[in-house]
Amino acid sequence: MSVAHTFLGLLESQPRHGYDLKRTYDEAFSPERPLAYGQVYATLARLLKNGLVVVDGVEPGGGPERKRYAITEAGIADVQAWLAQPERPEPYLQSVLYTKVVLALLTGRSAAEILDVQRTEHLRLMRELTRRKTSGDLTDQLICDHALFHLEADLRWLELTADRLDDLRARLATRTDLRPASPHSATRDDPAARAPRRANS
Amino acid sequence: MSTALLVATDLRKSYGPTAALAGASVTVRAGEILAVMGPSGSGKSTLLHCLAGIVPPDSGTITYAGRELTAMSDVDRSALRRSDFGFIFQFGQLIPELTCLENVALPLRLAGVRRREAERRARAWLAQLEVEDVANKLPGTVSGGQGQRVAVARSLVTGPRVVFADEPTGALDSLNGEKVMVLLTQAARDTGAAVVLVTHEPRVAAYADREVVVRDGVVHDRLAQSLERAA
Repeated sequence: MSVAHTFLGLLESQPRHGYDLKRTYDEAFSPERPLAYGQVYATLARLLKNGLVVVDGVEPGGGPERKRYAITEAGIADVQAWLAQPERPEPYLQSVLYTKVVLALLTGRSAAEILDVQRTEHLRLMRELTRRKTSGDLTDQLICDHALFHLEADLRWLELTADRLDDLRARLATRTDLRPASPHSATRDDPAARAPRRANS
Repeated sequence: MSTALLVATDLRKSYGPTAALAGASVTVRAGEILAVMGPSGSGKSTLLHCLAGIVPPDSGTITYAGRELTAMSDVDRSALRRSDFGFIFQFGQLIPELTCLENVALPLRLAGVRRREAERRARAWLAQLEVEDVANKLPGTVSGGQGQRVAVARSLVTGPRVVFADEPTGALDSLNGEKVMVLLTQAARDTGAAVVLVTHEPRVAAYADREVVVRDGVVHDRLAQSLERAA
C-alpha cells in the first residue's frame, strides 16, 4: 500500500497534523500494522520536498509534531493519477502453498492434507471476517468483503489444486530435478485407492 | 460443547453402480450451524437428503434426538420431518398457486393449526425476514431474493430443531445471497435451530460455526479428527 498516496488522499479531505495522519491511517487502513512515527515524518518530508504538500500552520507548543500539513494542486493531481491507475493483481500465498504441495509430493507426504489444513485455516478467518462484517457498519462490510473475496479466490485455487494433484505428481515425475522419490506417496492421494466415481448429488 | 442432535454413522448409498456415499459419518449438534462443503458430485446433497430422512441410506445408521431415523417407518419419518425439520432448497420450491403468506402458513396448516392462527404466525415470520410486503403475492411475481426469504420463513415457521438448507443462495446474486444468509443464521440462532447448510461457496460456508467437507462420498471433519487425535 502506498503510504504517501494515502496521506495525500487524507490531506485532500482536510489539512492535518502528522500525528493525526498517522492515527487516521492506522485506524482506517492498517489497524494490524500501525505506522512507525519515523515512517510518518519521513513520508511527510518527502511529500514536502516534492511540493505535494505544504506546511499550513504551526500549532502553539511547537515541535515537528505540531505542524499542520495541507495538500497542494500538484498533490491533488498525484492522488488523482494514483486513484485512476488499476493496482497490479498480486499473487498472494499461492506461491508458498504451491511450494509446500510440491515438496509434499516430493517427500511422500499427503499434499491433500496440506490443502485441507489450509482450507480449514482460510475458512476460520472467513468466519471471523463474516462475524465482523455482520456486526459492523458499511465500512467494515466493504473492508471485510474485500478480504473475503480474496480468501475465496485462494480457496478456489486450493480446490482446483486438490483436483489436480495426480496431474501434478505425473508432471513432477517427468522432471529429473523434481521427481517424487517415494513410491508410497502415490497411494495417499491416489484416487484409484478411493471408491468409484460418485453420482451427481 | 452442545449435545449431539443428529448423528450419522457409516452411511452408504449407491445409485445403480455409482456410490454417492461411501461410509459417511457426521454429527450435528443442537443449535449449531454446520456447513457441508464439497465439489459437485461429492455426495453432499445425498448426505443432506439422508440426514433429513428424505432418502434412506443403503446401510449405516442415523439417530435424531436419540431415535433411530433409519429404523422408522415412512409414516413416522414423514411426521418427524413435518414437526422437527425445516427445508430450504436452491430454488425456493414455493407452491406457485399459493400466495407467499399461504406458502409460509402451509406447514402449520398440515400440522393441524387453524388457518387464522397459521397465517398470523406466517405473517410474523415474513416480517422477521423483511418480506411482509409480498405476503399476498404469488411466488412467480416476486424477485429471487424475496422468494428465497419466503422459503426461509416457511422453513422456520413450525419452530424446527433442524433446518436443512441445500445451496440456499445458489440462485441469488451476492447481495441477495448475503441478505438471505444473514437473516437465516440470525433467525436460526434466535430460535436455537440447528442448520445443516450444504454449499460449495466458501463465503456462504463462512456464516456457519464450522464446516465439514464431503469428498468421494466420505465426510472429512477436521474438528472430529483433531478431537480423536487428542483423545
